[in-house]
Amino acid sequence: MKFRSKIVDAACLNHFTRVSNMIAKLAKTCTLRIRPDKLNFILADKVANGGVSMWCELEQENFFSEFQMEGVSAENNEIYLELTSENLSRALKTAQNARALKIKLTNKHFPCLTVSIELLSVSSSSRIVTHDIPVKVIPRKLWKDLQEPAVPDSDVSIYLPVLKTMKSVVEKMRNISNHLIIEANLNGDLNLKIETEIVCVTTHFKDLGNPPLASENASQARNPEQMAEVHVDIRKLLQFLAGQQVNPTKAVCNIVRNKIVHFDLLHEDVSLQYFIPALS
Amino acid sequence: MKCLVTGGNVKVLGKAVHSLSRIGDELYLEPLEDGLSLRTVNSSRSAYACFLFAPLFFQQYQAATPGQDPLRCKILMKSFLSVFRSLTMLEKTVEKCCISLNSRSSRLVVQLHCKYDSTVKAMVTEMSIGEEDFQQLQAQEGVAITFCLKEFRGLLSFAEPANLSLSIHFHAPGRPAIFAVEDSLLNGHFVLATLSEPYPHSQDLRSPELCRPAPQLQAHSTPHLDDFANDDIDSYMIAMETTVGNEGSRALPSISLSPGLQPPCSPGPHSEEEDEAEPSTVPGTPPPKKFRSLFFGSILAPAYSPQGPSPVLAEDSEGEG
Repeated sequence: MKFRSKIVDAACLNHFTRVSNMIAKLAKTCTLRIRPDKLNFILADKVANGGVSMWCELEQENFFSEFQMEGVSAENNEIYLELTSENLSRALKTAQNARALKIKLTNKHFPCLTVSIELLSVSSSSRIVTHDIPVKVIPRKLWKDLQEPAVPDSDVSIYLPVLKTMKSVVEKMRNISNHLIIEANLNGDLNLKIETEIVCVTTHFKDLGNPPLASENASQARNPEQMAEVHVDIRKLLQFLAGQQVNPTKAVCNIVRNKIVHFDLLHEDVSLQYFIPALS
Repeated sequence: MKCLVTGGNVKVLGKAVHSLSRIGDELYLEPLEDGLSLRTVNSSRSAYACFLFAPLFFQQYQAATPGQDPLRCKILMKSFLSVFRSLTMLEKTVEKCCISLNSRSSRLVVQLHCKYDSTVKAMVTEMSIGEEDFQQLQAQEGVAITFCLKEFRGLLSFAEPANLSLSIHFHAPGRPAIFAVEDSLLNGHFVLATLSEPYPHSQDLRSPELCRPAPQLQAHSTPHLDDFANDDIDSYMIAMETTVGNEGSRALPSISLSPGLQPPCSPGPHSEEEDEAEPSTVPGTPPPKKFRSLFFGSILAPAYSPQGPSPVLAEDSEGEG
């Protein structure tokens, strides 16, 4: 198993750092999947995560000037590593204004992802900072649980409002109740609702627009005004929103009524999918 | 008495001990039928505090060995508190806490069982600084020391905005390292102990073996090792303070040793609390008085007494010449 990569472009480096910061906010521990053409940050929907799952994908050639990998075997040319997300984002903190960044898989007493940063020092010579991030190599028999989740057949698909606005609304609602209702329709309306014995609070977002539907028949059968709702734990939504420091290029919310809410975001060329299950 | 605290209750117990420590310096620990009581009273007898933890608080609770009378004890609050000092650490790493009172050995034993998760090893960071980045560099190749970063950052956060040069003096693992900043108006010195082994294994970090810091002072041309009955950081502090007013500027004790005069650096004994799980000392040996805490002895041995007027313990390193 081998992995060596290098980033020299400052913009790519900053973008990669932002992605890593986002992942660190979304998942304490995650799986990094390395393939010849792409990198994925994966969080599988286990009970420990509260059923939340995440799938983040980026094309390696959009970031790395050098990228070589050799998977577990020729037929299974992939590497799955489990790591503490915060370690990667902390390591990349030192990469601001770096000349170059190298990431490679090493074995220093235990398997590590070694992040090597070349900095420009005061005396104009290079200074190297190395971070050894301990990782756990995930055996092949567990790979089946870490595959790309199937996009569910949603009842409603709608574009999200500005995430910063959504986050500040949800933050305030969190003080009232942990139980949040997300509902939307095919007319561009999205509502966030909190209902308690004493008070009901609803925030209405209008004219958000809906992505084009997959099939023509479906659009005729559904009443565009009809709401599809899902009840979720507000803290999970808040954690997702907290990870979005920058407003994405594209943000879609797919609701499967009473089952799951699926967020599909695009941050420039990095795609992020986040699934929050309905409260039982 | 034997009881086992698990999960979130370990932190609750820790918080109770923190609260009690604000009242008194001694803790009365008494296992009762209806629970474990922790009590304290302040020195002026104007405040009293008591926590009673019901048996249900514990995963296991045994007030007394059957057939025996229940025991109770009084201990130094400081000692008990040190076990529960870091509440965040308790929450993150401690799985269970076992407290037992042994009448035969007159000991209260507190055992913290920590989680061991192989993925949660620490990230290791290494940075190399080239010779050209130093104003002055004089070091023996291959020497490595390990010291507490948090304490060092205390000085860094002062020096960096003030744009002061930082000088570092160190010798060998186990000897203290001295960090100094200076300008025309002020100077600052931080003296930090270093581990006697430069690269501890990460698993062993719970109980590092520390050499009691033994700063070597150079008086005139021969080092006076006998000037100190015990060689811990307090002696160093006293030495620094007693040179004030004596013949000119207070000198930073030079720590360069002449070859061949290396005092033996034997690993210090574990602190009392750490020793509970694995008694390595001969039973019956009184606990070492000089070594109460993990780093520095804060209690001088009774034998220590400065002789007459303080002698000049450290030569001026910056004389008039």
